[in-house]
Amino acid sequence: MSSNKVKVATVWLDGCSGCHMSFLDMDERLVELADKIELVYSPLVDMKEFPEMVDVTLVEGAVASVEDLHKIRKIREHTKILVSLGDCAVTSNVPSMRNPFKLEDVLSRAYLENADLNQQIPQEVIPKLLPHARPVHELVKVDVFIPGCPPSADTIYFAISELLEGRIPELSDKTRFGA
Amino acid sequence: MTMHPEDLDQLAQARREEEAQYRHRICVCMAAGCLSSGADKVKAALEAGVKERSLEKDVLVKGVGCMGPCAAGPLVAVDIDGVIYHDVTPDDVPAILDSLEGKPVKRLEMPKDSPLFQRQVRIVLENSGKIDPESLEDYVAANGYAALFKVVTEMSPGEVIEEVTKSGLRGRGGAGYPTGLKWSTVAKARGPRKFVICNADEGDPGAFMDRSVLESDPHRVLEGMAIAAYAVGADMGYLYVRAEYPLAVKRLKQAIKQAERQGFLGNNICGSTFSFHVDIRLGAGAFVCGEETALIASIEGNRGQPRPRPPYPAEVGLWGCPTLINNVETFANIAPIIRNGGEWFASIGTEKSKGTKVFALAGRVVNTGLIEVPMGITLREIIFGIGGGIPDGKRFKAVQTGGPSGGCIPEQFLDMPVDYESLASVGSIMGSGGMIVMDETSCMVDVAKFFMEFCMTESCGKCVPCRVGTVHMYNLLDRMTKGLARMEDLDLLEELCDMVRHTSLCGLGQTAPNPVISTLRYFRDEYEAHIKDKICPAGVCQMATAEVYA
Amino acid sequence: MTPTTAQQARVKTLKINGRDVSASGDQTILEVARENGIEIPTLCHLSGLTPVGACRLCLVEVKGVNKLLPACVTRVHENMEVFTDSERLRKYRRMVLEFLFTERNHICAVCVSNGHCELQSLAQQQGMTHVRVPYLYQKLHVDASHPRFKVDHNRCVLCTRCVRVCDEIEGAHTWDVFHRGIKARVITDLNQPWGTSETCTGCGKCVHVCPTGALTEKGVSVAEMAKRRQFLPYLTMMREERG
Repeated sequence: MSSNKVKVATVWLDGCSGCHMSFLDMDERLVELADKIELVYSPLVDMKEFPEMVDVTLVEGAVASVEDLHKIRKIREHTKILVSLGDCAVTSNVPSMRNPFKLEDVLSRAYLENADLNQQIPQEVIPKLLPHARPVHELVKVDVFIPGCPPSADTIYFAISELLEGRIPELSDKTRFGA
Repeated sequence: MTMHPEDLDQLAQARREEEAQYRHRICVCMAAGCLSSGADKVKAALEAGVKERSLEKDVLVKGVGCMGPCAAGPLVAVDIDGVIYHDVTPDDVPAILDSLEGKPVKRLEMPKDSPLFQRQVRIVLENSGKIDPESLEDYVAANGYAALFKVVTEMSPGEVIEEVTKSGLRGRGGAGYPTGLKWSTVAKARGPRKFVICNADEGDPGAFMDRSVLESDPHRVLEGMAIAAYAVGADMGYLYVRAEYPLAVKRLKQAIKQAERQGFLGNNICGSTFSFHVDIRLGAGAFVCGEETALIASIEGNRGQPRPRPPYPAEVGLWGCPTLINNVETFANIAPIIRNGGEWFASIGTEKSKGTKVFALAGRVVNTGLIEVPMGITLREIIFGIGGGIPDGKRFKAVQTGGPSGGCIPEQFLDMPVDYESLASVGSIMGSGGMIVMDETSCMVDVAKFFMEFCMTESCGKCVPCRVGTVHMYNLLDRMTKGLARMEDLDLLEELCDMVRHTSLCGLGQTAPNPVISTLRYFRDEYEAHIKDKICPAGVCQMATAEVYA
Repeated sequence: MTPTTAQQARVKTLKINGRDVSASGDQTILEVARENGIEIPTLCHLSGLTPVGACRLCLVEVKGVNKLLPACVTRVHENMEVFTDSERLRKYRRMVLEFLFTERNHICAVCVSNGHCELQSLAQQQGMTHVRVPYLYQKLHVDASHPRFKVDHNRCVLCTRCVRVCDEIEGAHTWDVFHRGIKARVITDLNQPWGTSETCTGCGKCVHVCPTGALTEKGVSVAEMAKRRQFLPYLTMMREERG
């Protein structure tokens, strides 16, 4: 592995993976980026453990479960610049639609009332949900915010390019909540 | 009926002579505090006792207004040596009647030489606890309505305003706007009609100055309003009283009727061309209706919420007409100012704050109740002199003035004079007169949370900073008192305080952060103990033990 | 306050952000600023309705005045010096928007007004990329009892435009505000379901003045609800001409 490339990770918490799709939508620009960055950890690459230190981590999704919480804390510790990518990470967006309701009610609606077969609330394997799905920056420090549902490939490309130039991207004319 | 000067004198004389026929007068406090601890039963027992002993011709039992030390009620004043009995029950009646010709009942006696009475200067409360609030004749016998008479028969409106200006009186509702200036502005404003409003929507937690004045001496407020109306050219007045003050409302209604019957209110007052009618409007319990534009909206029958000022009510007020709004205590100061002259009033108090101020002294202090002190008295004299210090050998920690809009003042400022400027300089306000003393058992974060909760629930919801900002500030304080906050939350809290203070539409929002700002200024260590060490130094807050994801 | 005397209506000159501008005496700071292409953000304000000064986004600094003044209701005066865009004002405006986003459940991605929403645009214009105060996640309902319209309280910012347009323009006064503080809500009639309202004329003006997705037409999907407000300046103008 070459060490002079910028180490980039992407993480998928409670989100729909749309932001990752948008990331892939950069198409041929990905090839160009590949010269400058190394994707060290991502749902798109096969890497089980988060590396010791990453330059930039893009986080998709809200923090909704105990697992998400452990992950994001660990990632924060091992990341220089943490980026909230997309509305779920920035505002908790669609995952937050359960927040006005009690957790028991949400689980019961999903696993008991609306289940045709095998009505039971899972106790194992599936991580325990937090009382609320929350934006990433409420739990760890976030350095860059990229709103959008999802942010467009152009926006993501611009943000990454700016970061590669050592600048914090100014995105308010490029994207917005729900964009 | 038309009143002439000699009629007024006659009325006063008749009442004085009537009272002089009795050898003894026993006054029972019938204000809300003493009533709630059974003053009506004491009065009934006294009346029955007098009848039983056939002393009706010698002993007068009468109900009077507030005497001050409300926590010690029911209070009974007997003319021998001007003694005041505290915590009187109907069982004490025989002893009291027995003692009329001899020595006072020692066990019930309040020490007369106590600073509680010695240090007070009574202008607003001069009749409180002395006259029967339900009797116009009693008020007249105590020089009542003489000022109104003088004003309408001898003075021009300009002269009245000059006298008030000379007195240096400032609004007693809290902000301290010069009363004379306000009156002259309304007098100059042009409109088809003008109104005078008395703001009796007293809502600060722990404050009951206005209620007490209304219950103890309602005619004084009516007289002040009528004089103001004459000065500014108004012909209609509204008394906006909170519905939670039923006794005050009852006595005001009665007083208005009595005054109308005697020609002190209504058409052609005291035989002059000046007419002034007063009506009562009841507030439905919203704190924000104490804000003048919200109060006006409420009287007009609209939702009680404030509007941006300017234009001020002096120019565009009730029904769009120039309107004078003053607080109960401000109006209560007017008659004595006219009677004794503005210079007399200006000789009391400090350079910029004249006269006296009524405070409702409450909290961790020996003597709680209503007091009236000259401006410029120190906080130490009030709390340790009049108030008798902190009970149970505890240490003084802070005094809160100005209610939810005010701040907590720590020990190092106890020797500071009580006036508008000094209180503001240490981050509090004079306010309407609530004064809550706190000792070492009070947690300052908890106190700030209490007041923030009050503002949050009383926000009208019109402007965004107050509606939402108070909730966020409350939530942050709540987290702190549960040991769930982080140090960043403290910075956020300060940022929210700054924003809500500078961007809210009315005084409620603009001052809502004050209790937080002042406690952060003087007791920051307590906040930090809650956050860093998860400890409440005063032992008040219960720290959360459950697992928290934060 | 209606200016009646000639003195009040006299032409005034003032400075906004250092620029010399002229105005007639009865104009507000906001009107003069917009005439001169100086943008001041607003949310509760809508030309043609009585201004209420509630959202506090249009607060400006005026030299010599120690408090911030709402541009929508503050009238200009001679030699006034107005500043509309200081760092402090921008910060306060972002905080007002943050407050609104935390107050209720504004989830742009699934909103029928996505892309046509004033709150969303304001957040973008003011550079509010995220909300720093915790969301309140109030549980609020949707009233879809009216045959053509619905009200989603989760999207309401309590600007009271609906209340004012219904009262001042349509003359029905179906809408009003209920409760206080954080519990305040717009209601139809005496808090009856909209569909049962006997005062509602079904004109839809409230829907089209609503800045967000709180009041919408039925049958529109995400991002389809564009509001049409041309009627308001037109009606206002016609009424003014008739005197």
